[in-house]
Amino acid sequence: MFSVSSSLICQNQFSISLLDGSALILLVGMLVSLVLLAVAGQVLRRQPESLLDQDVIRTFNSRVAGWLTITIILTITMMLPRWVTVVFFGLISFWALREFIAMTPTRRADHRTLLWVLLFFAPIQYVLVGMELYALYTVLIPVYASLFIPARIAFTGDTKRFLERTAKIQFGLLICVYALSHAPALLSGNYVRWDGASEQMVPWDGKPAGLLLFLIVIVLISDASHFAWDRFCGRHVIAKTVNSTRTWEGLLGAAGTVAVAGMLLHLWVPVTPFTFYGAGLMAMLISVMGSSGNMTIAAIKRDRGIKEYGTLVQGHAGVLDRMDSVCFAAPVFFHVTRYFLTAAPKAVGNAPEVTALLNQLVGSFHWMI
Amino acid sequence: MKQISIPVLVTLAKFFSGATLRWIDCEPDKCQRVYFANHTSHLDALVLWASLPRQLRVLTRPVAAREYWMGGPIRRYVSGLFNVLLIDREKVRAHSSPIDQMIHDIGTTHSLIIFPEGGRNPDGEMGEFKSGLYYLSKKRPDLELMPVYIDNLNRVMPKGEVLPIPLLSCITIGPPIWLEPGEGKNDFLNRARQAVLGLRET
Repeated sequence: MFSVSSSLICQNQFSISLLDGSALILLVGMLVSLVLLAVAGQVLRRQPESLLDQDVIRTFNSRVAGWLTITIILTITMMLPRWVTVVFFGLISFWALREFIAMTPTRRADHRTLLWVLLFFAPIQYVLVGMELYALYTVLIPVYASLFIPARIAFTGDTKRFLERTAKIQFGLLICVYALSHAPALLSGNYVRWDGASEQMVPWDGKPAGLLLFLIVIVLISDASHFAWDRFCGRHVIAKTVNSTRTWEGLLGAAGTVAVAGMLLHLWVPVTPFTFYGAGLMAMLISVMGSSGNMTIAAIKRDRGIKEYGTLVQGHAGVLDRMDSVCFAAPVFFHVTRYFLTAAPKAVGNAPEVTALLNQLVGSFHWMI
Repeated sequence: MKQISIPVLVTLAKFFSGATLRWIDCEPDKCQRVYFANHTSHLDALVLWASLPRQLRVLTRPVAAREYWMGGPIRRYVSGLFNVLLIDREKVRAHSSPIDQMIHDIGTTHSLIIFPEGGRNPDGEMGEFKSGLYYLSKKRPDLELMPVYIDNLNRVMPKGEVLPIPLLSCITIGPPIWLEPGEGKNDFLNRARQAVLGLRET
């Protein structure tokens, strides 16, 4: 009797932390490799100017430093209750949105609208994510905020460049807040996995934080390998006007690299409910979305004549520069995972025929995810 | 009470303005200085003052319009906290010119923050400088005149708004200038204005 209750207490204590064994190993692995990269960057920086392009080294170092900071903070927040990680992502969102709006010209009449966006919609989105209110946080910004913004601007009576101003504010809110909030949203949910032995979906017993870590790790590897592929094999530039270094070889090479990485992760440190091939496919999805995000934000920056968000306002880290890939990958990763790997009957409600259809669908796609 | 309110005020001002302070070709120093800046928002004086390093902040007094900062109990309280030197824009009399008041109030220790445009320009463009800066440096040629360019703060709190939005802004301080011997009023004011404008591109 005593031993049962004590083991229960142990479990409870452990469940305060969002991490399980493999997730912890993965986090430590990330930290170690980032520290090694940072050390390598410092060594490269000391090399004579003629040997290496100092601009490239500087970019490399600032990227590594940014990711190292984020990983260290994530390691700490994931030891704590779930809401701490949600708040952390909320702060990142808030800062990214600040940067986005600061660099995007709006008119004086937009002041009140921006006040609503920054001080109401952005915090409420994260409160809803924290409260696990899926039905609300998936519609708050696409439905309510995106209709509220043009209406609020119309009420001011300033019609100059009306659609352009509306789009700017909507886009900023969508990318910086809505999209990114799907990363901490991965932390809640009942996921299932395909059990090969019994040929059916069974509840996944891992910690959902593994999914968030998987997303971050794959984005990191994707960014790094994109950079490497571009440098060593890049021939066909995707869009010179947006980014003269990003090539098709880099895009495809990164997708291939992370597919392998995803599958290796599945073998060594299984942190997700995906199957072996599923992990590879999901990693590719993350990689392609991440590259698209990077290109999109780069296009906005080019249009505004800014190289990095961080450099225009000196001294700021340029949060949006680091998070652009995650912003685009998170919502798609979240919804695909949720669609295929959530306890399906619950999501559909009581209609038995719809449930049956969905079960069939999930069942027939099991080999994929 | 002030020991708590001042750090709170500084933190709030820094948070809402998201201000970064840059010193271009100059260093923070406790010597007597006049920071002259473009005027874009009611927050200018507060944010510039709050962004200065603490040791300089206690020695620096922003010059601001009396009718705005005496316009309500909150503003009156805040203006007391950041040590504003209030100038009556409406009642400038011969025997109590604002320049004499400034020179008297700073003594031999304090620095000043002034906005030589006088008022804020609604479109954000910089207006012509009023002559105060010239007479100030004529009477106190030892003061270092530091040009300051404030960027993006007018969007944090435009004219007529009550609540600020927390955006990011940038404050750039440039190398000091002095009134050259024999330099005319208009030449000097133009040079000072160009010094501020020149910081926009750095």
